[in-house]
Amino acid sequence: MKYLSEYREASLVQAILGEIQRVVTKPWVIMEICGGQTHAIMRYGLDQLLPPEIELVHGPGCPVCVTSLELIDKAISIASNPGVIFTSYGDMLRVPGTGRDLFSVRASGGDVRVVYSPLDAIKIAQQNPDKEVVFFAIGFETTAPANAMSILQAKDLRVENYSMLVSHVRVPPAMETILSSPENRVQGFLAAGHVCTVMGYWEYLPLAQKYHIPIVVTGFEPLDLVQGILMTIQQLEAHRAEVENAYSRLVSLKGNTEAQMVITELFMDCDRKWRGIGSIPLSGWCLREKYSYYDAEQRFSVKQITSEESPLCIAGQILQGVRKPFECSAYGTICTPEHPLGATMVSSEGACAAYYKYSQV
Amino acid sequence: MAEESISYQGLVCPVPLSHNDRIVLGHGSGGRLSHDLFNKIFLPPFNNPILHAANDAGLIQLSDQEGISFPRLAFSTDAHVVSPLFFPGGDIGKLSVCGTVNDVAMIGATPLFISAGFILEEGLEISVLEKVVQSMQNAAQEAAVLVVAGDTKVVQRGKADGLYITTAGIGIIPPGINIGGEKAQPDDIVILSGTIGDHGIAVLQARDELGFQTDLKSDIAPLNHLIQNILLSSQHIHVLRDPTRGGLATSLNEIAQQSKICIELEESKIPIKPEVSAACEMLGFDPLYVANEGKLIAIVAPEDAEKILDVMHSTRYGEEASIIGKVKAVPQSRVLMRTVIGSTRVVDMLSGELLPRIC
Repeated sequence: MKYLSEYREASLVQAILGEIQRVVTKPWVIMEICGGQTHAIMRYGLDQLLPPEIELVHGPGCPVCVTSLELIDKAISIASNPGVIFTSYGDMLRVPGTGRDLFSVRASGGDVRVVYSPLDAIKIAQQNPDKEVVFFAIGFETTAPANAMSILQAKDLRVENYSMLVSHVRVPPAMETILSSPENRVQGFLAAGHVCTVMGYWEYLPLAQKYHIPIVVTGFEPLDLVQGILMTIQQLEAHRAEVENAYSRLVSLKGNTEAQMVITELFMDCDRKWRGIGSIPLSGWCLREKYSYYDAEQRFSVKQITSEESPLCIAGQILQGVRKPFECSAYGTICTPEHPLGATMVSSEGACAAYYKYSQV
Repeated sequence: MAEESISYQGLVCPVPLSHNDRIVLGHGSGGRLSHDLFNKIFLPPFNNPILHAANDAGLIQLSDQEGISFPRLAFSTDAHVVSPLFFPGGDIGKLSVCGTVNDVAMIGATPLFISAGFILEEGLEISVLEKVVQSMQNAAQEAAVLVVAGDTKVVQRGKADGLYITTAGIGIIPPGINIGGEKAQPDDIVILSGTIGDHGIAVLQARDELGFQTDLKSDIAPLNHLIQNILLSSQHIHVLRDPTRGGLATSLNEIAQQSKICIELEESKIPIKPEVSAACEMLGFDPLYVANEGKLIAIVAPEDAEKILDVMHSTRYGEEASIIGKVKAVPQSRVLMRTVIGSTRVVDMLSGELLPRIC
């Protein structure tokens, strides 16, 4: 396929792997931020082809994995309401809340539907004026513009039976949390290409400077990934700490400014709980007061639901790159994709699921 | 089971969760949850060696009586609940005949007779039913089978999605043919009869879930004639299977487990249409897990592989057949794949439902 197969060309990938081999002189730990990158690495077995000096650890960029138990419990509470059609991206249906997941709600008679876009949820709302239609707006900066647009569209079309359960999270605060942790092992980042398509990479400049760490904006195909790794290693070996762009076919410094304007119009920074990690100040986006009419938490009075998760779960450590999936005692034995114990095993972007699906070590 | 004897609650991730108490859609996906259902719910009470073989069709050998020897029979059944009823390349009627014909043919039998049970929703237009039944007859004619028995039930409006069809089929296995999922051997060659994922993506498109249009059609086809042809050309066909729900990856895993061997695939050799590839990239699906309704996997002795491939190429539904891998002794019960960039990875069964990704 044009613009895709070229980035999977074995000879090109091999050439860059050879260059990495030539440049690397000592051990380095690099984190790929995005779960999509983790899956591409495992799917193409890139970890097997890298020199042993390079250790890849997997970042928190899996929106399903980091959505807090509390929000999932709120989603389950709303979806169980007989007057509600609850819409969500498919992956989210499998994530366990406290005791149940959204699939179970559906199996018990709840109207839970998988949509591909929040705009589909608007259509459902128009077709079902006697029902409340709620969209579970999860994700990083990548999904935020489309989710924000759906509310603008609902307003334009006067669709009043539509609301959104907002769970947006942002990458830079998560990176800062990882870097400021005393347990941090990460020496270089592959920044998430799709997030940067929307946001650009200007936000990472102060991080690179403050923590003296190379950050390379990286795509999702094998060639993109090895290129990102090469540029990171070149910086590390030369003691440089800059923000570089290895995904320039899609990403610019400023990003998609129109999308950013829509985000700013709808959302404001707020504290957000991350599953397995805890609350990170100003790490999420919430609806502005002006749009609170569309806030499902208010409409369904679920703000009071609070859920605490076990402090012993290692999903949080996996999401911060401190530990690997196979270091968990339940991995692959009692925790499998069919019977997930934690979100990192559930999501198609989760690190545990990637390990299980492609290597089963 | 580990889940019952060890309590990890509180030790690891927070919420153990299983779907042991209610059916979820994933139980019908053809993947691991479907296997769980078969192994835990259906197999124990019905326990018998024919069902235990877990092939697409049950192989029945009646005992000889008074000097008369009976032919071996293949018997299979398949329920069809596709939505929408009509989609590019086919409809529920064609599907219901081809599905059962193919299941019977996959153990080397010549399918002969089909029965059909219809569950109709009150309010279904008769013209729709007529169209579906005519399509069944067209498929039966092509496959050279007769629909010889049937039943109809009507349920209240809202209790079914228009029309469901269950078919059963019976066929005769010619002497000398021994085909089954447990018969793959090290050094065997894995042949795939054509491109993967066409049916699954065509149906998604018909549901308007792709957000773009292609000319893609479902690959639904009766494969019994193709199978007859390759059986005439070789005595060394060990396994035949049609990778329907759960896709190529799930069928190969089933075979690897039944035969206790390893199947090693070459990613670059697996034929995929560009539009299927594009749709999968956009939705985050892996075409290895997308359903097919007119393709088969043949696992054959290496000395006959090229000959069988040539015969497939000369048939209507095998023009794009290709050798996609080989059988190795170890690691047992695993499917591995040499990726396009030269590494090797595990190819697992589908687990639960195939779900689109988020971003």
